[in-house]
Amino acid sequence: MSAPLLRVENLRTYFHTAEGVVRAVDGVSFTLGPGETLGIVGESGCGKTVACLSILRLIDPPGRIEPDSRISLRDHDLTAASEEEMRSVRGNEISMIFQEPMTSLNPVWTIGDQIAEALRTHRSARPAEARRRAAEMLRLVGIPNPEQRLDEYPHQFSGGMRQRAMIAMALACDPSVLIADEPTTALDVTIQAEILDLLAGLQEQLGMGLIFVSHDLGVVAQIADRVIVMYAGQVVESGTADELFSRPRHPYSEGLLRATPRVGRRMRRLSVIPGSVASPKRWPPGCRFHPRCPYAWSRCREEAPPLLGEARASRCWLEEEPARRTGDWDEPALAEDR
Amino acid sequence: MNEASGRAEDRADGGRALTAAAFIPGLAHLLRGRRTAGLSLLGLALAMLAVLAFSFDRVASTFTAGRVDYWVAMLTLAGTLAAAWGVSLRGEWGRPRQRAKGTSQWAVAWREFNKNRVAVLGLFLMFGLYLATLLAPYLTSYEPNAIGDIAATRHLPPSLDHLMGTDKFGRDVFTRVLYGARISLSIGFVGVSISVTLGTVVGAVSGYFGGVVDTLLMRFVDMLISFPRLVLLITVIALFEPSIFTVIVVLGLTLWPATARIVRGEVLSLREREFVEAARALGLGSPRIIFRHIVPNVLGPVIVAATLGLGNIILIEAGLSFLGLSVQPPTPSWGNIIDGGREYLVQAWWVSTFPGLAIVVTVVAFNLIGDGLRDALDPRLRI
Amino acid sequence: MASDIDSRASAERSAAGTTRGPLVLVEGLVKHFPIRTGLLGREAGRVHAVDGVSFEIQRGETLALVGESGCGKTTTGRLLLWLLEPTAGRVVFDGQDMSSFDRLGLRAFRRRAQIIFQDPFGSLNPRMTVGSVLREVFQVHGIARRGTAERQISELLDAVGLHADDASKYPHEFSGGQRQRIGIARALAVQPEFVVADEPVSALDVSVQAQVLNLLVDLQRRFSLTYLFITHDLSVVRQIADRVAVMYLGRVVELRDCEALFQGPLHPYTQALLSAVPDPEGGTGRQRIALSGEVASPANPPPGCPFHPRCPHPGKDETCSCVVPPLRALNRGAQAACHKI
Repeated sequence: MSAPLLRVENLRTYFHTAEGVVRAVDGVSFTLGPGETLGIVGESGCGKTVACLSILRLIDPPGRIEPDSRISLRDHDLTAASEEEMRSVRGNEISMIFQEPMTSLNPVWTIGDQIAEALRTHRSARPAEARRRAAEMLRLVGIPNPEQRLDEYPHQFSGGMRQRAMIAMALACDPSVLIADEPTTALDVTIQAEILDLLAGLQEQLGMGLIFVSHDLGVVAQIADRVIVMYAGQVVESGTADELFSRPRHPYSEGLLRATPRVGRRMRRLSVIPGSVASPKRWPPGCRFHPRCPYAWSRCREEAPPLLGEARASRCWLEEEPARRTGDWDEPALAEDR
Repeated sequence: MNEASGRAEDRADGGRALTAAAFIPGLAHLLRGRRTAGLSLLGLALAMLAVLAFSFDRVASTFTAGRVDYWVAMLTLAGTLAAAWGVSLRGEWGRPRQRAKGTSQWAVAWREFNKNRVAVLGLFLMFGLYLATLLAPYLTSYEPNAIGDIAATRHLPPSLDHLMGTDKFGRDVFTRVLYGARISLSIGFVGVSISVTLGTVVGAVSGYFGGVVDTLLMRFVDMLISFPRLVLLITVIALFEPSIFTVIVVLGLTLWPATARIVRGEVLSLREREFVEAARALGLGSPRIIFRHIVPNVLGPVIVAATLGLGNIILIEAGLSFLGLSVQPPTPSWGNIIDGGREYLVQAWWVSTFPGLAIVVTVVAFNLIGDGLRDALDPRLRI
Repeated sequence: MASDIDSRASAERSAAGTTRGPLVLVEGLVKHFPIRTGLLGREAGRVHAVDGVSFEIQRGETLALVGESGCGKTTTGRLLLWLLEPTAGRVVFDGQDMSSFDRLGLRAFRRRAQIIFQDPFGSLNPRMTVGSVLREVFQVHGIARRGTAERQISELLDAVGLHADDASKYPHEFSGGQRQRIGIARALAVQPEFVVADEPVSALDVSVQAQVLNLLVDLQRRFSLTYLFITHDLSVVRQIADRVAVMYLGRVVELRDCEALFQGPLHPYTQALLSAVPDPEGGTGRQRIALSGEVASPANPPPGCPFHPRCPHPGKDETCSCVVPPLRALNRGAQAACHKI
């Protein structure tokens, strides 16, 4: 693999609230190469969105990126960059698209104005040139009649079209990294399929690094090269998409896959992960997953496991004692959600 | 963590605290480390006892004089003392039971409100003002309307005898401000109750049923709002005899459209919420859905509108008094005291200044409470 | 546990079960919403939310209503519960035409049919405790006498996997999955026979979604419930449904047994929809059918087959763009609305 484009090391983002410290992201590390797609999977509250916002340093107080975290773009240390430098990075070197295409576009400006804005800010492009480039971007993301549609307002676009326009905006300045946070969650499946194709195609064409965040295992399996699974603010498993989804190593990934209903087959009964995620103010001691884990033994309750392994890693003591993988995922007739 | 041991400790000094609470209000709270609550209860009780001690002759005369004012004051005194004791005791008895119950939205709101120092200050000011008003006969030795020897007592500057000086008839301004507060505050309270009740009902009905009902009610509201309020008030009051009653009713009946609009807006969005649909699916009737499921959810904005409206009404009443359209002299209200002092502003500044200050303090206090409540009741501001 | 609710529910069921035939029968159901503009509310157009839907739901089965946003599936659910009145067509519940219900009839119907909502945050009144929500239901329908109400509440909470102590808590004290359980308990409080579940697991995380799905299956068995399960998620459908109705722009385009549909979808839209669902295993193995164009607006549906502007079928012709294909019965109980099958 080529030299990494983006390197995140020991990222910790804490929110210092009056009720205590919320450890939303707690020691996340990963790298992203050019032309690579990294999928980040996790359920709500696992810290995946906060991690993405931290890369762009879009964390507002009381949130704070803790001192020894390191985020570097090529060799540029973003944690040490000034606010002005960060502004020139956002939307230019690293772009982000969000889940809600309805609310991420400003309803009072035309689509064309909004795409051109990034160009005029970062490239000091002249109005005519920015407009020409904006039309080009709309064509790139597959919107027919781009010259006409530039002058339309967001409410005249359908949901899928809006997400395309968002992607056009994000790509206007040729970013080297695109962060997509649940970009297809609010869309219908047929539209979702189109957007996924579009993203994959654009990435191949432009050679950028793509971070694709989603709770939907199927979507990530389809688009990502490598995947990291997050739980309770930490990376619990990483590997290539094929390996991870066909042979999950961490009990959480395993449970998640077992609990996902499949369109391809009907299961007699879905397995469940018992209980629910603990509060980020008080993560459980030891392994953070142990209260919900069917394999957990005494060591899991006492010692927090490190991420064991290199490219294919799992944060679980099972890596050292694989014989203990004996337990039952089948729930009691009525599962407890507490 | 330490809950078990904490409980045991609780039980151990529970008895001690209960005894303390029985004798001195607020002491139990202090023992538990709740300084603000404890000190305010203690201060309140001591203040009541002080009033009782310093004007004992008047307390005694209450039973023979039979004047309503004194009876009201007497009851307030006794009531406040009893309330202070009651709160203090209930804090002890209610303890174990309260813990088992869930924290209600109101409890959360109260906690949030308590965090807002300025709003709590506003609450204390308001409370103090009301208490002073009700205890007026004990706090001053003058009659509000008694005209003495005008030549000797006219326009005396503030002194220990006359805290706020005297007016052109030689009446004690402090006394008149205290008694005037009764009228200004009760006009405020009754007016707000009328307008908020009416506004909530009209707004909720209009928003919930929609269609023709909504159109009719809202066009009527638009009509009322588009009419200059003061002109409307002057016209209506001019048709009747100006009296406290007329002013209260007219104010109450003209100020509700603002509340109605706020409530309607909220109800329009609440109506689409799924819990309202669930209530319909469960076969609940419209009145029940409106008053049990919708109205409690609009109480936040309504309470805020009410506190802001209160300040507003007091100001309007002052304006009307000033124009001679409200309470008629010699009955004091803050507005007509100011009006009385207007001509002598240069010779006797105190006559208009002190009631003016009273209005400012009251309105500021209400607005502070209103702001605090708005923030406390807005769940979006909490995590 | 052989509890009170169980025995009562089954006793009522056997009493009601004297009339056979489908529990719910829908015929030519149409719902148009007028678009009003201006001060006087002049009608500027109509949203064709539901445009001629017919199906039946047998006792004890789960019929899934599937489709993308704006296809009219939610409106159909509301129409079946008489929360909305249809513009045309009829709904027959247990042999009775719903338009004939008077106030009392409707009240009685509300005890037999209930709804579970998608949004676990919006579907509970934030100012009422769980207990008072359930108590109100009991009181309004005169279900429990004063003494037994508390016991019934704890039985109900137990049935949905919550604790009896939870009755004194407010909704904001629960997680999303737990709130969904409260919503289910509220629907079950009247001991209904028919439950419309409107995207009950769409807002939940994967692990919690599985818990709630399993709970719904268990409750169906225990209380012999009939479900109309509305969802956009086909993988959930395969897990829970007996039969599936696929909707597109206010019409049912395919109606079949669940397994048959997943193994060989007939309608071109169903085929495209199925192929678009990503699967964590072997997402590359299947051939995806790409659709071009956008879903038409229900305010301005295309003439002819509603799907024809996006249809990838090679034999698409004039007929498709002019004539609305009816939902036809095909072999083995399958129904589809396409000229080319």
